[in-house]
Amino acid sequence: MPVIDQKIFADLKQMSGEEFINELIETFLDDAPNLLTEVRSALGSKDADSFRRAAHSLKSNAMTFGAMKLADLAKDLERLGKENRLAQVGDQLTALEEAVKSACEELKGLKS
Amino acid sequence: MKPSHEPGRMLVVDDNRVNRLLLTRALEQNGHVVATADDGKMAMEMLRASPFDVILLDIDMPVMNGFEVLEALLKDDDLRDLPVVMTSASDELDRVVKCIEMGAEDYLVKPLNPVLLRARVNASLEKKRLRDQQRKLFRTFATPQVAEQLLREGFSLGGKYVTASVMFADIRSFTTLSENQEPSETIELLNDYFALMFDPITGNHGTVNQMEGDGMMAIFGAPVFHEDHRAQAVRAGLEMIEMLETFNEQRVLQGKGRIEIGIGIATGRVISGYTGTQNRATYTCVGDTVNVAARIENHTKVAGKPILIDQYTREGLPDSMGVEDLGELVFKGKQQPIRVFSVQV
Repeated sequence: MPVIDQKIFADLKQMSGEEFINELIETFLDDAPNLLTEVRSALGSKDADSFRRAAHSLKSNAMTFGAMKLADLAKDLERLGKENRLAQVGDQLTALEEAVKSACEELKGLKS
Repeated sequence: MKPSHEPGRMLVVDDNRVNRLLLTRALEQNGHVVATADDGKMAMEMLRASPFDVILLDIDMPVMNGFEVLEALLKDDDLRDLPVVMTSASDELDRVVKCIEMGAEDYLVKPLNPVLLRARVNASLEKKRLRDQQRKLFRTFATPQVAEQLLREGFSLGGKYVTASVMFADIRSFTTLSENQEPSETIELLNDYFALMFDPITGNHGTVNQMEGDGMMAIFGAPVFHEDHRAQAVRAGLEMIEMLETFNEQRVLQGKGRIEIGIGIATGRVISGYTGTQNRATYTCVGDTVNVAARIENHTKVAGKPILIDQYTREGLPDSMGVEDLGELVFKGKQQPIRVFSVQV
């Protein structure tokens, strides 16, 4: 699975325009680390609802940019939060962090 | 009806910055003016501060979520009819259904499809415009209370029994007055007079339902029931007299004569409802109480008092409103005597 689905990204770019897509990417690069921090700290404090919400936000953004792997991972974590099963998160958090990292790198390269 | 392409004022409510930017961009590309809020609480504050045409509302938000916003909107008379388009992820359609049941107009799935966004937002905007037009039309030809009732319950002829206070007000010796001045001056006087009298009545939850010549009829406690409609009617009468005093001071300064009015109020069971045809109808009250109010009003000339009320109205007044007992009177066409009180102004 490619890190960024080219078709989805191209559609987004077409819809929003050259200049605006850069702003959008910048915003995601700004926000993604914060959302990851929220996921991590919600897990630490066993706050299933905050965990779910932060994972949901990551998923939503990932889908917007076509970062499908990140979207899938975030979606799984969102479900764990929703079903109050934080104990089962395990190494999925590390996988999420890696997916965020590679999505961010890829998106940086896609800026024009 | 032609779809509207006029710009609307949109409020985008989403805790996610990327989503807010995208929605704002897409709406602005369609020519709309967009404001954004990070959560429901902020959205409610903005909605109460300035007018919007359509809300695009996220479900999952901190502080106040989409469900809570829908609930708050429903409870707010001014915001109840504002169209809300839910924006949600494709895997939460069960929650969207709940939102539609709670009064949301439509929904959009994120990531956004620009064509759907345009279609749904424009449809909501069109509905909002139609509702606004309808409301404006109703308000021009009916009172705000009647307009609200029509908008809420729909239109049907037919009536029901309610207990209400009925007020009649007339300008005294209007015929003499109008004979001594130009017709245009008479119309101007009437316009000024009615404009002045409306505020005290509507301000005290009354409904003006008839204006004829120099007379008007108002109803308190119907179509929307108010516990203290009797006191409200009398309070309106007192404020009308006060207003008239200011009006007269102006007239005297302009070298014109003073005008005096008489106000009669009676309370009791009336049949209230819409009379007329489906195309032209007015909200009105009929029944003995209406006749009593008209007779009492007529008696103000004889009694030389500006506001007269019947006993049942008097029983609904607080002690702070002073009245003078004028005793029982037998009116033309009435079997039973009616005890009449004069309200101190």
